[in-house]
Amino acid sequence: MAEQEGNGEDGAVAEIEKKIIEAFEVFDHECNKTVDVREIGSIVRSLGCFPTEAELHELLAKVEEEEEPTGYIHLEKFLPVMTKVLLNRSYRPIPEDVLLHAFEALDENKCGYLTKDELVKHMTEEGEPFTEEEMEEMLSSALDPETNTVHYRDYISMMIVDEPEDLPQ
Amino acid sequence: MEHIVTDMGCNASIEDREESKSEKAIKAAVLIQKWYRSKRAQLEISRCYSLNIFQSIEYADEQDQAQLASFFTFMLERYASPDAVADTSISPSVSHEVDSYLTEYENIEVPDSYCGPRLSFPLTLADANALLHAFKNGQLLHAHYVLKLLCETRRVLKEKPNINLVSVSYSKEITICGDLHGNLDDLFLIFYKNGLPSEKKPYVFNGDFVDRGQNSMEILIILFAFLLIYPNDVHLNRGNHEDYVINLRYGFSNEVLSKYKVHAKVILYLLQDVFSWLPLATIINKKVLILHGGISDKTDLNFLYLLERNKLKSLMRPPQPEREEQGKEGAPTARPSTCAANKRGAGKTRRLSSSGFTELSCPNSQPGPTLKEWKQVMDILWSDPRMQNGCVPNKRRGGGCYFGPDTTARLFERYNLKLLIRSHEFKREGYELTHGGKVITIFSASNYYEEGSNRGAYIRLNPDLIPRFVQYQVCERTDKQNHWERMKTIEHSALQILRERIFAHRSTLTEAFEKYDCDNTGNISVSDWAAAMESVLCLELPWRTLLPHLAKTDPDGKVDYMSCFHNMEIAQSTEEVQPALVETLCKYRKELEVIFNIMDEDHSGLISFDEFRKTWRIFSSHLGIEAYDASIDKLAQSIDYNKDDYIDFSEFLEAFHVVHKGDKKPT
Repeated sequence: MAEQEGNGEDGAVAEIEKKIIEAFEVFDHECNKTVDVREIGSIVRSLGCFPTEAELHELLAKVEEEEEPTGYIHLEKFLPVMTKVLLNRSYRPIPEDVLLHAFEALDENKCGYLTKDELVKHMTEEGEPFTEEEMEEMLSSALDPETNTVHYRDYISMMIVDEPEDLPQ
Repeated sequence: MEHIVTDMGCNASIEDREESKSEKAIKAAVLIQKWYRSKRAQLEISRCYSLNIFQSIEYADEQDQAQLASFFTFMLERYASPDAVADTSISPSVSHEVDSYLTEYENIEVPDSYCGPRLSFPLTLADANALLHAFKNGQLLHAHYVLKLLCETRRVLKEKPNINLVSVSYSKEITICGDLHGNLDDLFLIFYKNGLPSEKKPYVFNGDFVDRGQNSMEILIILFAFLLIYPNDVHLNRGNHEDYVINLRYGFSNEVLSKYKVHAKVILYLLQDVFSWLPLATIINKKVLILHGGISDKTDLNFLYLLERNKLKSLMRPPQPEREEQGKEGAPTARPSTCAANKRGAGKTRRLSSSGFTELSCPNSQPGPTLKEWKQVMDILWSDPRMQNGCVPNKRRGGGCYFGPDTTARLFERYNLKLLIRSHEFKREGYELTHGGKVITIFSASNYYEEGSNRGAYIRLNPDLIPRFVQYQVCERTDKQNHWERMKTIEHSALQILRERIFAHRSTLTEAFEKYDCDNTGNISVSDWAAAMESVLCLELPWRTLLPHLAKTDPDGKVDYMSCFHNMEIAQSTEEVQPALVETLCKYRKELEVIFNIMDEDHSGLISFDEFRKTWRIFSSHLGIEAYDASIDKLAQSIDYNKDDYIDFSEFLEAFHVVHKGDKKPT
């Protein structure tokens, strides 16, 4: 009936673990508590985290098999590491204004938009470069095909609006 | 802001500034990249669980149908008996014989005003092209030709064995298509990419041609036409949706009724028979087994080859148990899980006698199928593969099995097979390999749940029996939505139907929640909430992930469980009516639609209130729920609107529609 009430903290940890397991299972195609190492990024991100690639690699180092990487990550290794990430609130989401400033930093002429070439150059040559696929995908939602520009304010608004719908009072 | 730099020979400062500018740019790039990658992953997950929601609800629904099958056939017997349908020229003594319907088309005149295709039998490629052209332009084939076509199709199908044995010789390739489910655009796309069926281009269509989509009839007509023109090169396998009971609920019967009105019933009757003559499987070069669902550890291909397949008009009616087994709940493996039993109350069995049902019988009135025959066919039309070894009843579907790699391996060994190609399951990429590549699922209905939900695919198999996959997706609205918006629409759609289902189970859910809420605070832990949701709805969904979309949580992380129901309501405000009754009507809205369609013999859109009351009592008794007689009366009266004791059932159904308050669908 009523769930066993550990003290608040234990309860919270148990909850977090269950959430992680749920996300893990989405990618556990063979139902044997392992996932392909390439899916770890998606799992971490699906739990609401925003790590950089470098941060992901750090995390992976902690969960991969010590002796020989097999290409698979076991849940029992992943769970404690990810639990800590969520408890510590690492890799927090990015506030809208911070994101806006980032786009503005790339917008040298301060005209409120980036040309396709500008965006592609920055995204595929700098930082942690996009793959071609990632670039194409971003462009498909961000680019205004008529002017070949990205109006980043509008783009951000569109992407942010999808946060879990607030249930009306 | 621009700084005008006077170069005083201080190169270092310029470089510093520029470096910091490019450092800034790099930092900005990293930020945007990590943001985008996370957004993208979240979109992917949302798509995953959206499709999961669609699929779970679809299967849960199918499971319900198995329970209601006998009720529907009872309805058919009462309301749509052949005598009421056919011309008076057919005497009652032969009214159940199929032969009497075969020439029905002779009685139907084609008016001069009809400008659709006029088929001439035997059919030629010109007729097929005329059909394709007509359907591309949204025309209907006249009932006269439909019936003639069905008549000829039946003749051709009768000649075929239960299992088509096909040879693909050196120069030919064979194309295999999966579920089409009434998606005509997909069929057109396949023909466009791959070519029309012909002696040089043989095809196998692996079942589920009908239901759900808008053009099931047109797909059947096209497939049957090509079958008649190239009977040795077009192979049709029966799917679980080639079944008149399933068709009642999943749209095909409605489609025929609305397109053919007065002639619909004869068409549907003939189709009952035609479907039962569809072969059960195809084997290519003795190595590749193609069938709609899957296999079980009991699958016996020799037995299947020899049985009389046309005795199985609908798989939703298991044969009467043997005398010794009287009193048991029908066939052992096909009953739904304990979940359904919990929903309906323990120990509820079908209360209706299933004696006498409206099925066409063969001229010499053979006995019905045996339990073994029924189960063998059920297994091949309803089973799904799974990763784990073993073969267990498929409780998700309520019929057939889950079969593991060991089952596949054993079958292959027994019959010297190399590959199993099946359909029956939605696949996002249109196809999927499993059991180490030995089992292929091929699914040919793109955008099945929603625009953008999935691709369709077909297989091209060469004489080396190496499959090549071709994927496609019908694009209707080209620019209106970009990828992101389309994915969000899918998510929105999935969440809406989930919320409706939640709302329709309001009282059972509330009961379950309250069990966990000992102190009556209105809040329970996430674990308890998830457990309650799963115990009532039985959908095996990732409840914790979905929680933010379904309910509110307080700052302590506890769930305000009643908030699940907050932003929905029933269309018709029905204050005086028992809430439990209203909820039931909501839950069974689709089933009620089926019932009304059966009862509405003259297609007036009205049924007598008296009849409805009687039917409702039987229906609720069948489900093992309260009938709320007085409430039903009040309810119908409130919707009666001076129809003089007749109910306009589309108004009635509209009233029990779940409405989402403040619906803000992404544009």
